[in-house]
Amino acid sequence: MGVGIDVENLNAWYGSTHTLQDISLNIPANHATALIGPSGCGKSTFVRCLNRMHETNPIARATGIVKMGDVDIYQDANPVEIRRRVGMVFQRPNPFPTMSIYDNVASGLKLNGFRNRAILDETVERSLRAAALWDEVKDDLKKKSGASLSGGQQQRMCIARALAVDPEVLLMDEPASALDPVSTSKIEDLIFELKRQYTIVIVTHNMQQAARVAENTGFFLNGKMVEFDSTHKIFTNPKDKRTEDYITGRFG
Amino acid sequence: MSSPIISVAQNPRQTDPSGAPQGSPVQQDVGPEAPKSAVRQFLMSRSSGKAADTTFSAIMLMCALSIFAIVLFILFILIARSKLSLSQFGFKFFTRSAWDPVSGDFGAFSFIYGTLATSLLALLVAVPLALGVAVFLTELCPQKLRAPISFVTELLAAIPSIVYGLWALFVLVPIMRDQLGPVLTKYFGWTHLFNGYNFGLNLLSASIILAVMILPIISSIARDIMLAVPISQREGVLALGATRWEMIRMGVLRNARIGIVGAIILGLGRALGETMAVTMVIGNHPEIPKSLFSPGYTLASVIANEFSEATGDVYLSALIEIGLALFLVTIVVNVIARALVWAVTRGAPARAH
Amino acid sequence: MPTNPFHTPPPPQDFAATDPPVQQRSRRVRLNRMRRHLWNHVVTGLAVLSTVIVIAPLVAILAYLIYKGASSLNLAFFTHIPAPVGELGGGMANAIVGSGMILAVASVLGIPVGIGAGVYLAEFGRGGWLAAAIRFTADVLNGVPSIVMGIAIYSLIVMRQKHFSALAGGVALAIMMVPTITRTTEEMLATVPHAIREAAYGLGVPRWRTVLSVTLKTASPGIITGCMLAFARVAGETAPLLFTAFGNQFWSLRLNQPIAALPLQIYVYAISPYDEWHRLAWGGSLVLIVLIMVSVTLVRIYANRGVLKGAS
Repeated sequence: MGVGIDVENLNAWYGSTHTLQDISLNIPANHATALIGPSGCGKSTFVRCLNRMHETNPIARATGIVKMGDVDIYQDANPVEIRRRVGMVFQRPNPFPTMSIYDNVASGLKLNGFRNRAILDETVERSLRAAALWDEVKDDLKKKSGASLSGGQQQRMCIARALAVDPEVLLMDEPASALDPVSTSKIEDLIFELKRQYTIVIVTHNMQQAARVAENTGFFLNGKMVEFDSTHKIFTNPKDKRTEDYITGRFG
Repeated sequence: MSSPIISVAQNPRQTDPSGAPQGSPVQQDVGPEAPKSAVRQFLMSRSSGKAADTTFSAIMLMCALSIFAIVLFILFILIARSKLSLSQFGFKFFTRSAWDPVSGDFGAFSFIYGTLATSLLALLVAVPLALGVAVFLTELCPQKLRAPISFVTELLAAIPSIVYGLWALFVLVPIMRDQLGPVLTKYFGWTHLFNGYNFGLNLLSASIILAVMILPIISSIARDIMLAVPISQREGVLALGATRWEMIRMGVLRNARIGIVGAIILGLGRALGETMAVTMVIGNHPEIPKSLFSPGYTLASVIANEFSEATGDVYLSALIEIGLALFLVTIVVNVIARALVWAVTRGAPARAH
Repeated sequence: MPTNPFHTPPPPQDFAATDPPVQQRSRRVRLNRMRRHLWNHVVTGLAVLSTVIVIAPLVAILAYLIYKGASSLNLAFFTHIPAPVGELGGGMANAIVGSGMILAVASVLGIPVGIGAGVYLAEFGRGGWLAAAIRFTADVLNGVPSIVMGIAIYSLIVMRQKHFSALAGGVALAIMMVPTITRTTEEMLATVPHAIREAAYGLGVPRWRTVLSVTLKTASPGIITGCMLAFARVAGETAPLLFTAFGNQFWSLRLNQPIAALPLQIYVYAISPYDEWHRLAWGGSLVLIVLIMVSVTLVRIYANRGVLKGAS
């Protein structure tokens, strides 16, 4: 089951650029939360701070309190432990090119030293089913390379890979932006299913997508969070003028 | 086993069209601990590998530092073992041409002379050819021939020195002695470059085989550098109505000249240290050669020839000092060449993080 | 010309009169164009000619080598040790095995260190001054003459042990392999997309495991190519073995003893006065070159099959 995330005064820098400024919000468990905003507004940096991926870049830095359940991920744990609890799906599908479909999905377990074959088999099947990919690939799980699938299939495989470690939180950084409309709608259906069991944070620049899948939505602008509320409210009755400008397309 | 993906837990919350953010505060959700899956239990129990990470990066760092260590160690050991000769002959070692193992009097000038003479002569032959090949490959060659010709020049680079030496000794040397030599003496004798007895084992043979050996390195680096010249430079010149040669001269060679000088210096570095092939055909005679037909000696070949027979500490020490000189000279030459090549190719695509 | 306010401007010129007649002028332009085009053809011809001149020695060397070498090869060449001076026959079995042993030692020592250093440069030190210095040192080490490597290892190992050994030869060749392998490893790792590393980090895979099982594995075809090229390069090296492995006319399989090596044996035979030994030198060279060409060609084919097919 998912856990909620409490963010207080999160600041992040990229070199000398202050990309996130004093972000505070509560992301509820077992819901989908969407983050919208124009390119470069900090929404991607924000999700990358939630599993400490931000700091894999040597010039990046973050401060603040991020509580996942009751663990402060910047104080009480190291990045590797946090990332094992949090699944992440990236903007562009990034399968491991040398691995089969099976190995790709099992990679989070295998690379961490998990050896039980029976549980591995079961987990791979369950994850691929959950990612709605099982029927398409079940016949050549170990024969085909993960990189040989189509873009949309690759992205669903990457979701299955993230689900296989049984995470408590699922972070999705524009998961459908590189995909065609059919694949996009499959992924959206998937998110709708998955949010019953996972806390999902999804970054998107597609407002319809946010409206379709998320209960709550946050609007980011220039490194600040302008507004955070229920999706319905954000899209029908935003409090802030800038939010209204953005969602009505009057922005800039 | 609990399987959180399959078990379809009903989500009790419905979208609330009005009001505050959905979902309850964090603490309430943690509530009663649900049993964790085998996978989750395993991952939670797994160490973060922090110690392994530190160890791993330390080992990689040690591998990298070992490259420093190797160079420093070579320098140190060569200095230590040539101390005897360094203190006995001082700097004069490099300006005197005496080489008398019997009386223990050593000077390296004739070897320095032989090394410079063969290397420069080899460059004289190799540079125009190598640039011709590079120009041909980058600008003129039909696309189909490009890969095979590059491959052939790569193969030239892969032939070991000893095989070049063998071929030079049994093919080039007889030709030099019986066919080419007399002709050169007859027509170019007036230059005094081709006088004296010609046994085939001489400076000229050594320079020719050296030229063949350094050709591939110069041409392949020059080719890479010419390829790094942006297309726009070529098009700019062509647009002015230049012929292809004018385009190559003004658009390519002018932009690539620093890098080409670097490539030539790299070839020089290779020529200075080349040992086996030269040793086999240069005649190995420790005197300053009077003509291109005279036998000579190089720094590298005197080491190859005499090191294992060197009796006496001063003799051995003198040979090691020659090695030290060779080491320092090639380092200087390489540093200059690399710096020039880097200056040109530095703008090549850097990796996005 | 001093400016003269009273200077009267020259009368309007009859340009048609002072300029060369149209016919003449166009001839000059035409001549100029002809000269430029002629020059263009001359240079093109020279470039083609130099390519031919460069390829000629390769063909000459290979042809002569095959002609001389093939006639010298027989079963005894691969099964017998050298015959004493004056006797016919004999082979280079001990030299072939000896070369194999020296190269095995060199690979065992040189490949891990070279790859490790390459991993440091690409994964840990990138962008730092230390990495830049190490990269530069590796390039410089690559240019150090092999004979210098020979006397350095002689001074370190042989002088201490007071005898030549296969091990010393292996160490000398290992050092020569390191810079090549380091630089290719670094370059190949740099071609692995960062997104693939992020995928592994995102799954909570520790960094060491990511490097070993994901990054290195993805780049492995290119790294294997680099190792093979380094191997081919040192396989034919003679100078560093002269005072380390030294050579041996008899069988020896001990790492701690002087050992025969193919290039050394070729050298000894080539500079000897005996025709029979010259014959063996050609045979040995053919074997050596076939070994090297096969590995270079294999690498070429392997590398052309594509390193990162389908990687995003």
